[in-house]
Amino acid sequence: MNSIFNRDLWKEILESINSNGFRTLITAFGVFWGIFILVLLLSASNGFQNGVQRQFDGMSTNTVFVWSQTITKAYKGNPKNRRYSFNVGDAEAIRRNIKGLKTVSPRNRLGGWGGSTIITHEMNTGSYLVEADYPEILTQRSLKIKEGRFINQSDIEKKRKIAVLGWAIISELYEPGEEVIGSYIKIQGVSFKVVGVYKDVSINGRKNIDEQKNIHVPFTTFSQVFNRGDKVGFFMITGVDDIPITDVKEDILALIRKRHDIHPEDDRAVGNWDFNKFLQKFNQLFIALKAVSYFVGIMILGSGVIGISNIMLIVIKERTKEIGVRRALGAKPSSIRRQILLESLFLTLFAGMAGVSFAAFVTFLVNLFIDSKYPEGDAMLYNASIDLPTVGISLVILVICGLIAGFIPAQTAIKIKPIEALRTD
Amino acid sequence: MNIFKQNFKRMIEITDLHKSYPVGNRNLHVLKGINFTAQEGELISIMGSSGSGKSTFLNILGILDEGDQGSYTLDGTQIKNLSEKVAANYRNQFLGFIFQSFNLIGYKTALDNVALPLYYQGVGRKERLEKSLFYLEKVGLADWSDHLPNELSGGQKQRVAIARALASEPKVLLADEPTGALDTKTSYEVMDLIQKINEEGKTILIVTHELDIAKMTKRIVHLKDGVIINDERIEPIKALAHV
Repeated sequence: MNSIFNRDLWKEILESINSNGFRTLITAFGVFWGIFILVLLLSASNGFQNGVQRQFDGMSTNTVFVWSQTITKAYKGNPKNRRYSFNVGDAEAIRRNIKGLKTVSPRNRLGGWGGSTIITHEMNTGSYLVEADYPEILTQRSLKIKEGRFINQSDIEKKRKIAVLGWAIISELYEPGEEVIGSYIKIQGVSFKVVGVYKDVSINGRKNIDEQKNIHVPFTTFSQVFNRGDKVGFFMITGVDDIPITDVKEDILALIRKRHDIHPEDDRAVGNWDFNKFLQKFNQLFIALKAVSYFVGIMILGSGVIGISNIMLIVIKERTKEIGVRRALGAKPSSIRRQILLESLFLTLFAGMAGVSFAAFVTFLVNLFIDSKYPEGDAMLYNASIDLPTVGISLVILVICGLIAGFIPAQTAIKIKPIEALRTD
Repeated sequence: MNIFKQNFKRMIEITDLHKSYPVGNRNLHVLKGINFTAQEGELISIMGSSGSGKSTFLNILGILDEGDQGSYTLDGTQIKNLSEKVAANYRNQFLGFIFQSFNLIGYKTALDNVALPLYYQGVGRKERLEKSLFYLEKVGLADWSDHLPNELSGGQKQRVAIARALASEPKVLLADEPTGALDTKTSYEVMDLIQKINEEGKTILIVTHELDIAKMTKRIVHLKDGVIINDERIEPIKALAHV
């Protein structure tokens, strides 16, 4: 009698819900629809988030890119509009002086920003971007070696003329079936031996296929062959996981300014792009999206709850006599209240779980459609899904809704006097 | 009379009971000082025309309402200023109700209807169903236990209602026009059942306006304008004789 899991109590509840089945069904539809839309919206925003996050899959996102620009303030006898370059010493100084960094990668590029260089292999020619790197770049970018190997420490030390090609180059420079590993390519007339082929797994589909056509060579080899001395084009700096790079970025910039005699307030002399901050903005967008989903969903659910409350009120008016009889037979007000509350809770939960299931089914169909339409994963929506916490949260929302829906009818019901039972109509 | 009092337990004792209702801005004085006692095992009919106050009297007897003034003692328990919860408890424990319109719950079988007061008493499922079946048997409807009320005749419905009133083993049965919705033959059958239950020692109060029904009880109390104008013991007519 006291437990909610009492068999007799549930029998009572099911009997009275059953006693007007069709109306119950129609009423429950409001809640079904509300939770259906709520879950669908949440899945969609999840899918959108997944789609965007997949673009950065495997990359170290706690990363800042730093490059040199024109100095805009005169300082220590140096004029403004001076050009300067980073050097290998900067990398050492950053590693030594700034705490909380995981990897500092000095990099160079041939062809400048967005430009490219003529590359030849036997009779074939193409124009590609050449990047000079240390082996550590593998921890920062999601390059997967498909064949051969990547640049290693001994390549750096011995300044070997080796190159690792993007997989998309192969079909353009090589004949079908031709052996790639061990072959030679010419970069500005200098021969490099190909030791590996990579695929950038953060890039999906054919949209950014050009990004898969870069050539990586050892940093030291590059500096020597192309006369860069100890100059560094730009740094890719990744912080340790629990310290946002955004927090230490200013220290890095200040250190560079100091090392190159730049005015401490010259904000434009050192260019930077903060990947971490960029993603935070994205995350804010997703949070906003989720908030809107919850808001809209709960509003719609609200009207469903009002529907249930309404119908329960009518049902109680119709059952006034029955409730009166129950009271006369010894039902306490609390047991009447509990029965009404549990009835509405049961209705809400049942309809709600049906809504969640239906939303999951629809999401499944949408995913199936997207996967078949965009097999290479170009779609913005990817793996739209309801996770367990979302189901948990919607369950909590439903329980609250059910109790709210039952509250007013329950209060009405316990006001019914047992005298009603004696009244003959 | 005195011998009666000594031999039997006093079940209901009401002294100087007053009750009035506000009607518009006037006060309608419905019960004007009622003194009434009932011994254990009595079969009493309460008669009176409409407006005599008999319904109000029954409501107070049934702990569905309370008097403004005077005292009501039921089986030694003072009935006064009860909370809804305690009132529900007392109704369940002390009283069994039989209504004019039967008031069975339409979506429950005869057996489940009889079991309802036991459910509210917190009796376990198995014992509850056993007891209910026992009382259904007693009113001769054991074979109808899984029928819904709308599959039963009027007389059968009232017998189920009587079984329900008996199921909680109350001290007193209160019947409000129990034959009001039945034809004469069925009425007498129901009265026969009520007489048999009384013979087993149950105290029963019947509100009725039919004299032939009243004559089947052992004592007739006449109410008029809120006071008892006549209270006499009679030799009850056996209902069986008419069936």
